[in-house]
Amino acid sequence: MDVLAEIAKAIIDGNHQRVGELTGQVIEEGVAPKSILDDGLIAGMDVVGERFRVHEIFLPDVLMAAKAMYAGMDQLRPLLIKEGIPSLGKIVIGTVQGDLHDIGKNLVGIMLKGAGFEVVDLGHDVAPEKMVETAKEQQIPVIGMSALLTTTMPMMREVIQRLKDEKLDGDIKTVVGGAPVTKAFARDIGADAYGFDAANSVGVVKRLSGVV
Amino acid sequence: MILKFAAADVAPEKRAVFQSLGIPPDVTVPAHIEELYGEGSRLLEKTTAPVGIIADISIDDFEAVYGGEGLNDRDSVVGDVFPNAERLALFAVTLGGDTPRAITDGFESKDFALASMLDALASESADLTAEIAERRYEGHLREGGWGGSDGGVLRYSPGYCGWNVTGQKKLFQYLQPEQIGLTLTDSCLMQPLKSVSGVIIAGPKPIHRFKPTYSFCSTCETHACRERLLALRNR
Repeated sequence: MDVLAEIAKAIIDGNHQRVGELTGQVIEEGVAPKSILDDGLIAGMDVVGERFRVHEIFLPDVLMAAKAMYAGMDQLRPLLIKEGIPSLGKIVIGTVQGDLHDIGKNLVGIMLKGAGFEVVDLGHDVAPEKMVETAKEQQIPVIGMSALLTTTMPMMREVIQRLKDEKLDGDIKTVVGGAPVTKAFARDIGADAYGFDAANSVGVVKRLSGVV
Repeated sequence: MILKFAAADVAPEKRAVFQSLGIPPDVTVPAHIEELYGEGSRLLEKTTAPVGIIADISIDDFEAVYGGEGLNDRDSVVGDVFPNAERLALFAVTLGGDTPRAITDGFESKDFALASMLDALASESADLTAEIAERRYEGHLREGGWGGSDGGVLRYSPGYCGWNVTGQKKLFQYLQPEQIGLTLTDSCLMQPLKSVSGVIIAGPKPIHRFKPTYSFCSTCETHACRERLLALRNR
């Protein structure tokens, strides 16, 4: 098995120490960072994502794999930046204003990073203007919003309205999710997409980003 | 009245935790996930400081609390049940602030799997704490001669089954759970996060009715009411 395939396998096994060691090794050997990323780290996470999607493995396995991916990415990121290698896409995520729940958002962020996205995580209790300004200033084409209270869901509508008011809704897409959020609500507030759960949102964000 | 709980009393049932993580009950859980559960359980026991508060309330006073901000569904479970109650009590329980902090720390230090496991454990533990509070209230009523074989006690919480989450505002005003370190944000979020509040309603078992045709039933993903009603009938 070549080393990149071993990295992928270590990701699938959730072995962060092994991923860290092997990534360091192939970097030393001069393997192209893009190859390490695509054929090692993302290749492993793609398998993990697919197995999770068909219920062969479960959330704890995905999160162990994600930790392993981060062990590789932490070493790879400076090299990718130095070589100007772009990510799969960029997204801003945050829990809306008034809401402090962030587990779901964290899981979405982890899954998106695992898929190769650059994620700007604004945390929780994020004001609508901050979400919009961050996406605008950093030219990020997707905003992902999470809410776990029915009282804070209206903030999602505010973000979308702000985008419309600033005529940014064509350039910046929105995806919403969270326990009380439904597809019907997403449609009603004019969101571009609804994220059912963390696993599903990767495919959704890829579609919104024009990656698939 | 302040309620005290030992950490061991509120350790959640393993299968419930696994189910909340999406692991179906008929699956053999891999050893590494069992180990993670063990580690999470030890961390929960180390960080949790469960405490609660409970206060009797009359039907008239509860009507005012339940009315809240006027945002409840027109037909709701609590709206249908409480007028037939024989006894009512408001309650709130919390695991305290250290466990939510440990969860946040876990995510920040990229220990995602452990943080997620701890989050699942803490959510189940908070629910179990509420259930223990409900059982203790029932025990207290029965010691006073209430209930007999037909008596049924169930708790209900704002944010579910037609009782709008803003109902917590009046609930908090009445109960004052700040006494146990529990506060409510303007958006009706309880802090610390792993907390449960609501009303405990005691009356003849048949008063706890869950029509499957409430407007919110069609969007409910858990239908936890069915299990709760079955448990009540079997008690």
